[in-house]
Amino acid sequence: MTAVAASQAGFQRPSFWRRTQNSRTAYLFLLPALLVMAIITFYPLVFQVWMAFTDFQLKNLRPNSPGPAYVGFDNFTRILDSNIVIPNFDFVRVLTFNLFWAFSNVVIHVVIGVIIALILNVDGLRFKRIWRAIYILPIAIPPIIVATVWRNMFDPQYGAVNQAINGTIGVLFKLPPFQLDWLNQPNPIFAVGPLILPLAYFALLTANIWLGWPLNSVVATGALQAIPKDLYEAAEMDGAGYWSKFKTVTLPFLRPAMLPFAIYGFVITFNLFALSYFMSGGGPFGQTELLVTTAYRLVQEQHLYAVAAAFAIFQFFILLIITLATNRLARATASFDA
Amino acid sequence: MTTPAAVAPRIEIQPIARTATGSGRRLKLGNQVVLQLICLLIGSTVLFPVVWIVGMSLDPRNIARPDSLIPPGANLDAYARVLARPTLNPVSFFQLALNSLSLAFIISALSVGLGVLAAYSFSRMKFRGREFLMIAVLAVLMLPAVATIGPLFVSLNRVRLGGFNLGGSLLGVALAVTSTQLPFAIWNLKGYLDTIPKELEEAAVVDGAGRFQAFRHVVLPLSTPVLAVTALFGFIAGWTEFITAQVFIVGDPSQWTLAVALNALVGQYAGSTPWSTFAAFAILFALPVMVVYLLLQRWIVSGLTVGGVKG
Repeated sequence: MTAVAASQAGFQRPSFWRRTQNSRTAYLFLLPALLVMAIITFYPLVFQVWMAFTDFQLKNLRPNSPGPAYVGFDNFTRILDSNIVIPNFDFVRVLTFNLFWAFSNVVIHVVIGVIIALILNVDGLRFKRIWRAIYILPIAIPPIIVATVWRNMFDPQYGAVNQAINGTIGVLFKLPPFQLDWLNQPNPIFAVGPLILPLAYFALLTANIWLGWPLNSVVATGALQAIPKDLYEAAEMDGAGYWSKFKTVTLPFLRPAMLPFAIYGFVITFNLFALSYFMSGGGPFGQTELLVTTAYRLVQEQHLYAVAAAFAIFQFFILLIITLATNRLARATASFDA
Repeated sequence: MTTPAAVAPRIEIQPIARTATGSGRRLKLGNQVVLQLICLLIGSTVLFPVVWIVGMSLDPRNIARPDSLIPPGANLDAYARVLARPTLNPVSFFQLALNSLSLAFIISALSVGLGVLAAYSFSRMKFRGREFLMIAVLAVLMLPAVATIGPLFVSLNRVRLGGFNLGGSLLGVALAVTSTQLPFAIWNLKGYLDTIPKELEEAAVVDGAGRFQAFRHVVLPLSTPVLAVTALFGFIAGWTEFITAQVFIVGDPSQWTLAVALNALVGQYAGSTPWSTFAAFAILFALPVMVVYLLLQRWIVSGLTVGGVKG
């Protein structure tokens, strides 16, 4: 104790200015980004919370208009009661569909992506480079174009899908022209509780599988190529077959690469605007509507800015729960000393 | 060597297609043929929509019925129509592309320029509030752009200078898209900067360089690939942005971007769609992105995965 006191008396404590030098440099680097984010990201978020408790509408947008009235939790209860102007809106149904949409897509993307990566990783397979170059194509096409092209492909009269069926099965069995309206079939294929899957869901799923597996395959390929070959040789010497080699060698290497990517894919697919909006338009009866497309309609079509603000707050908490559930937040932020 | 569980495969910025073709064992002919057929089948499902849309764009009947790969009387009329006047408004394709281009450029420059400074600070320095700010940035990253569009639109509409209304301008759209691109850029860049050894900068500092000089002369040159990739992501996001553009500028056709015009062609309220025009438009819209993407493929894919695989 006395030694410490003596040393404190002997050496001047560095001044506040010197002690905070590191922090000051850090904030100098951060300043431009923080300034911009404060204005265009954080301020709107705060403004959003305020708006959610008012009845902000189109008329409040005009300059010098009187401020909106305070309405308490009205906007929130309206959403939970599915009492917003959008026809066929049902909060629980849209949320359930949105979760199922993201989950089903990611599972299929990962499985197909890994299988195709495994095929392309077979030793001695020829033309690997050519196949990989072709398979990367969907990633390079903007989603808005993918969505509109698939919208056209499922067109009942002019679509490629119906014409392909007509051209093969139809010609073989001499059937009358097949004109199924994939995106607007009113009767759902599957309906249990709040989960309703119309035919349009399967059309959207097809398009999104086409769009989604290639990137998963690329990530899986990267992981597969990091596996040392002698591990397989060692496993073979132990008499391991295909399946047990996959389980004991391949899978442990795939998991650390695929899991974070699957979570990333889940959030991306959960918020995927283009397919639902451009392909099915949320139909039939709003059954393929997602949270993002609903939020968009509230702003652009209904001009219910206050309800949209409350809706965005729900969206934020739903995404937060998803992220916390996957427990990535804490691990991803702790990489400073790693 | 090490046990598999201990080794987290880290994908580095390097060509992804670097495979050991030819090495290892040979494949039996039967297996080779079966696998090639499977690959061909997968390849044809991948290429089918692309072939379909190209065929449609060449079809002179302006419907979507390319019964053969090159439809009878194939011509480039649809492309001529698109270039002259793609929508019902008197706006040329060139004007739309120019709007999209300037939007993309502003977003790309803002997100990378501001993002790399912030990412450097997060990656290299220890300071009060670091964890809090990083979580704040990450939380924003999770939010879809559409979630803040209402308040952004409302507050940008209040910025009016004479006849200029920020909430109804391309610059407003650029700011709105930057608000979602910047957090992504910060996070993506930080993930890469974390992989650059600190010793390099420390050496520079020992030699008398300041923090900023070390950043400029050591870190920036080393992170060129990831800077390029992040800039490209910002660029593509701007080039294809639909939601904010539609909300902000749909009322003023002279400011329309390609995405807004595409929606006017095939959107829900577009009525009967001139499919050949649409196809030609879609191809001209997607082509620049596709060419750049395929040229820089190896960098893009590894640039995207480096942030995701870490952590």
